[in-house]
Amino acid sequence: MAYLDHAATTPMLPEAVEVLTAQLTATGNASSLHAAGRRARRTVEEARETLAESLGARPSEVVFTSGGTEADNLAVKGLYWARRAADPARTRVLSSPVEHHAVLDAVDWLSDHEGATVEYLPVDPHGRVHAEALREAIARNPDDVALATVMWANNEIGTVQPVRELADVAAEFGIPLHADAVQAYGQLPVDFAASGLAAMTVSGHKVGGPYGIGALLLGREYTPVPVLHGGGQERHVRSGTLDVPAIASFATAGRIAAERREWFAQEIGALRDQLVEAVRAAVPEAILGGDPATEGRLPANAHFTFPGCEGDSLLLLLDAQGIECSTGSACTAGVAQPSHVLLATGSDPDLARGTLRFSLGHTSTKADVDAVAQAIGPAVERARNAGLT
Amino acid sequence: MTSQTPQTSQRPADRTQDRPLRVLAAMSGGVDSAVAAARAAEAGHDVTGVHLALSANPQSFRTGARGCCTIEDSRDARRAADVIGIPFYVWDLAERFREDVVDDFVAEYEAGRTPNPCLRCNEKIKFAALLDKALALGFDAVCTGHYAQVIVNEDGTRELHRASDMAKDQSYVLGVLDDRQLAHAMFPLGDTVTTKDEIRAEAERRGLAVAKKPDSHDICFIADGDTQGFLANRLGRAEGDIVDESGEKVGTHEGAYGFTIGQRKGLRIGTPAPDGKPRYVLDISPVDNTVTVGPAASLDVTALTAIKPRWCGVAPAGRGTYTAQLRAHGGETEVTAELVDGTLEVTFAEPARGVAPGQAVVLYDGTRVVGSATIASTVRATAAV
Repeated sequence: MAYLDHAATTPMLPEAVEVLTAQLTATGNASSLHAAGRRARRTVEEARETLAESLGARPSEVVFTSGGTEADNLAVKGLYWARRAADPARTRVLSSPVEHHAVLDAVDWLSDHEGATVEYLPVDPHGRVHAEALREAIARNPDDVALATVMWANNEIGTVQPVRELADVAAEFGIPLHADAVQAYGQLPVDFAASGLAAMTVSGHKVGGPYGIGALLLGREYTPVPVLHGGGQERHVRSGTLDVPAIASFATAGRIAAERREWFAQEIGALRDQLVEAVRAAVPEAILGGDPATEGRLPANAHFTFPGCEGDSLLLLLDAQGIECSTGSACTAGVAQPSHVLLATGSDPDLARGTLRFSLGHTSTKADVDAVAQAIGPAVERARNAGLT
Repeated sequence: MTSQTPQTSQRPADRTQDRPLRVLAAMSGGVDSAVAAARAAEAGHDVTGVHLALSANPQSFRTGARGCCTIEDSRDARRAADVIGIPFYVWDLAERFREDVVDDFVAEYEAGRTPNPCLRCNEKIKFAALLDKALALGFDAVCTGHYAQVIVNEDGTRELHRASDMAKDQSYVLGVLDDRQLAHAMFPLGDTVTTKDEIRAEAERRGLAVAKKPDSHDICFIADGDTQGFLANRLGRAEGDIVDESGEKVGTHEGAYGFTIGQRKGLRIGTPAPDGKPRYVLDISPVDNTVTVGPAASLDVTALTAIKPRWCGVAPAGRGTYTAQLRAHGGETEVTAELVDGTLEVTFAEPARGVAPGQAVVLYDGTRVVGSATIASTVRATAAV
């Protein structure tokens, strides 16, 4: 098996499994006052400190959530509601057309149900938002902007956004900028304080932690309106009994991923480069998606468009040979749709159906790359014969 | 009732291969196709499941026993594939299905004929669009949950036969398959005499959650079962006359396309027939939007001509004696048939009733499907309408 879909989820780190299973045997609600509760709270707060340190944030800026989707929803909807409550004129939401659906669908919902006007910032052919574009959009009327949200790095094509520059522009106008950093965490230097962001999303299972846990890094001056109301845990912006084992395990994984980041970028980045070379050698007409420059893309991402092929056919053919990857785009009712990311970068709709995303991770080896090198040529030929139905 | 068992020198197609085949199993989300896929996998073949998305705007959930193309059906198919332990994909053939099956269905009714969309789907979608893509991707065969048998002769030629269980036989809707299509078809349910309960029990035993799912009936793309309403929606209402055999007006209708030859119900004729006996649709004339009705005896036809013949093997030469099936779930009728200038001329041994242009006539030699053609016109036993 060659597992090359780490951007979907990556195997848990053994250390994170150990912490998770050990914590599962302990009892205690972190909100309780007795000894069991105090033990649980200590575990949570230590995890919070660990995670904050790995992300260049203060512990009080870590709001645990059930994952990336919830953190994105809390940031986008919560900040929108709070900013609009402070000034009803603030109804404009600036976003990018290459966001993950957790952000895209949340801003669409605000537009459909909460009177928001959503404006998608233009992106270049690599899917990158430029600071000038953000400036231009805000400057048209700085007073009606509720928030801006632009992902740190794209989950499909791996393009890294100029987060610091975007945050500087937003800060100039006093507008909060949120970034979904789910793909960036563990692969790029992610420093919340240095980024200038108001809010930032991270997820546990993308860095070797468990599923169902994530966090919204949230500047202390921001109080989004909650999406989940209840017991008031997590700064009163996110209620719900804290998942102590998942939180502890997530922090362990996050710490290790951050510690190994340079090794990851170098070693896994080198494997990725070999994979790109191998695919190009076997299929010269394959188009590399995103930014070809190393510093402009995630070190573990390789995204290709194969003209004349359907991504689904390639997936089936590679799957049959034990190579697990993704088309990168979402399904509607199980039917593959042309990638919204590729369409936003100006790709032809037919081309946008013929994509494959290989995403490497901490368990990737040269053997995985070799498997792709061997299989991709014949697979593309077959898929091309099957055509675009 | 069990039909004749093929000779022992012949073996079902899916058992003749020494090497495992790469099989693409079409999985509707129903119990038959799930058990078929499971049997193919159990036989050692390398099976991949595919659900065909045939509707551009699928409903979320099934309503009643109709339809096969909801998202819930797709999930049922995926759940079954996961239990069988085979890869599963959804292929979007909605556009092809609309062009080749739905639009054709509407056009045929508009022209006063009575199409069989299941047959059309097998010919154009399952064993054409799907099969072609499967072959291009390196699969050897397409497997479905149809009840029919493919027999491989010693010389390698293939024959399509009725299912062992005549009561479940679906060879009629497969009668359009030619040699090449048959060579890549696999029907794992066709060679066992099983009741539906036994298939359900087998599904249960295999851990398939679809074991208790109700059967689908009727036309999959008309989810509410209201064919008239569906056609009226597409073709609009067009009031016209219902006349008797003498041409006298006996009622009105809201669109000639809404009728089928042999239909008795839903005519809503005010004046009774002179003899007081029920009246049936004898003829549909889309040109003057007229429906002709008359007594049952006038439905008797002695011969028909049929176009677009397709043969399971070589086209037979000269006049031959066959049994014919004239509609899905219809009985067998003895006929002689001959191919004349590309048109099939069929003569009935005894007059037959309810023969509707647009339907397929499928010719059998014993249990073997010889071929099929689309009924274009009929010759009435009584004076012509």
